[in-house]
Amino acid sequence: MATLHTKSAARAMMAPAVIVLLIWMIVPLAMTLYFSTLNYTLYNPFSTPFVGFENYSYFLTDPTFLAALANTLVLVLGVLAITVGGGILIALLLDQDFYGVNIVRLLVIAPFFVMPTVAALVWKNMMMNPVYGVIGQLLQSIGLAPIDWMTDVPLLSIVIIVAWQWLPFATLILLTALQSLSMDQKEAAEMDGAKALSIFWYITLPHMSRAITVVILIQTIFLLSIYAEILVTTQGGPGSQSTNITYLVAQQATSYGDIGAASAGGIVAVILANIVAIFLVRLIGKNLDA
Amino acid sequence: MARNVTKGRKIGTTILAWFVGLVIFFPILWTFLTSFKTELQAISIPPVFVGFDWTLENYATIQTQSNYFHFMANSIYLSLGSTALGLIFAIPAAWAMAFSPTKRTKDVLLWMLSTKMLPAVGVLIPVYLMFIRFGLLDSRLGLIVVLFLINLPIIVWMLYTYFKEIPGEILEAARMDGASLRKEITQVLAPMAVPGIASTILLNVILSWNEAFWTLNLTTSNAAPLTAFIASFSSPQGNFYAKLSAASMLAIAPILIVGWFSQKQLVRGLTFGAVK
Repeated sequence: MATLHTKSAARAMMAPAVIVLLIWMIVPLAMTLYFSTLNYTLYNPFSTPFVGFENYSYFLTDPTFLAALANTLVLVLGVLAITVGGGILIALLLDQDFYGVNIVRLLVIAPFFVMPTVAALVWKNMMMNPVYGVIGQLLQSIGLAPIDWMTDVPLLSIVIIVAWQWLPFATLILLTALQSLSMDQKEAAEMDGAKALSIFWYITLPHMSRAITVVILIQTIFLLSIYAEILVTTQGGPGSQSTNITYLVAQQATSYGDIGAASAGGIVAVILANIVAIFLVRLIGKNLDA
Repeated sequence: MARNVTKGRKIGTTILAWFVGLVIFFPILWTFLTSFKTELQAISIPPVFVGFDWTLENYATIQTQSNYFHFMANSIYLSLGSTALGLIFAIPAAWAMAFSPTKRTKDVLLWMLSTKMLPAVGVLIPVYLMFIRFGLLDSRLGLIVVLFLINLPIIVWMLYTYFKEIPGEILEAARMDGASLRKEITQVLAPMAVPGIASTILLNVILSWNEAFWTLNLTTSNAAPLTAFIASFSSPQGNFYAKLSAASMLAIAPILIVGWFSQKQLVRGLTFGAVK
């Protein structure tokens, strides 16, 4: 069907998008790789001697890096656990028949549209502030001591804020998957006397497994790059208790001007993200054939 | 789908679902209420819910004190600019991939997707240095280009999944009838593609509006959008909850409304068509 003419036309139409993305991907990445082998600071940008892997050994043995790596994992896994677990439960709830289902759905999805800086500052000040925050006052009203969230449990605080932002995404996608489950199958199982829990376990959950995988993979990609929420709340502190790799690398470059070390950190982040990306691209590629 | 549930169970589910919905929505509701309080009422103990003297003062103050509309204009400029640029590059590409697929089309699509997975910090340093070198730091033009590039893969993907649903036979029929390429596009394809393009615009405006890595790292004031303006509230002086709330409401309201209307497209766009 495709003639030689349409083929070359198609190629010409794809070319601009492919070329700009190719440049966007390769040029900065190659520069990052190159900078990561230099002793390059913004305070002395005219002397940038080659140092091989020194930046990497500096970065990888820096206790702050190890803390940031651990924090990144806690942040990603913590948010995933809350959003996937909570998302499944809320999706099951919203799939039921009740009054005002459309309004409740709007309420649940709303946090996803709140920009990161607003979400973080609203939570930090109006929810989590130990004196004036709603949570603190709630705890006091039932006789408990308020928690100084940002100082005492900084990483948990950020996990909560980010989970609040992503719970709607997980819920929405899992609900979409849930609604494509045919009623016949569930009704047949019900007729056979299957209990609600075993219907969930043997029919509903396997049906949702693909959507769950997609949620985990896509969220992981975004969660590895959490930045604004940390910047406006704890600024990575106290110490480096809530610093993740993205925040650490950005700070190395824009605050300390250490281009070499920041670049090495950037490459480490790229490698980490790639491990996740390989799985995601495969999954979506398979879907493309179907 | 109608299911047989008892009235009692339905009421029970209603109470539970509304409770969950309101708990999740509460921070936004609370911000909304606080934005109409005075600073003193905003931090009153115990907190007041609706029994306060409603005032619009905070909304007026954030404009007069901090030139709110400057940041608002930047947000609009950046999200619309990057979206327009994205469409110019993505529509032809997605059109070609959907209607004249070759053996390599799938690889190209997956490769585009993989660029989206490149973490921003992997390219931040060279982009930051180039911005300094070419005087693009804190410029709207520079930021539009970056936002365009980070969202281009999503735009191409989303358009591709929509275009693919347009039956190819219609195009062939038009070709048989001797329609030129231009006519094929303007009279046959365009009317069918408009809904998909509209959804793509919505999603991309949402993503650009809320983008908070590049906008925070590459701007200071001149090109700063709302994400950066709100971030300036992180080092407060004195009472500011009510003003923070008013600024926050103005920053999120437009996108919240757009988002509520585009839930379905969102699932599709953000999962690259893997969940529909």
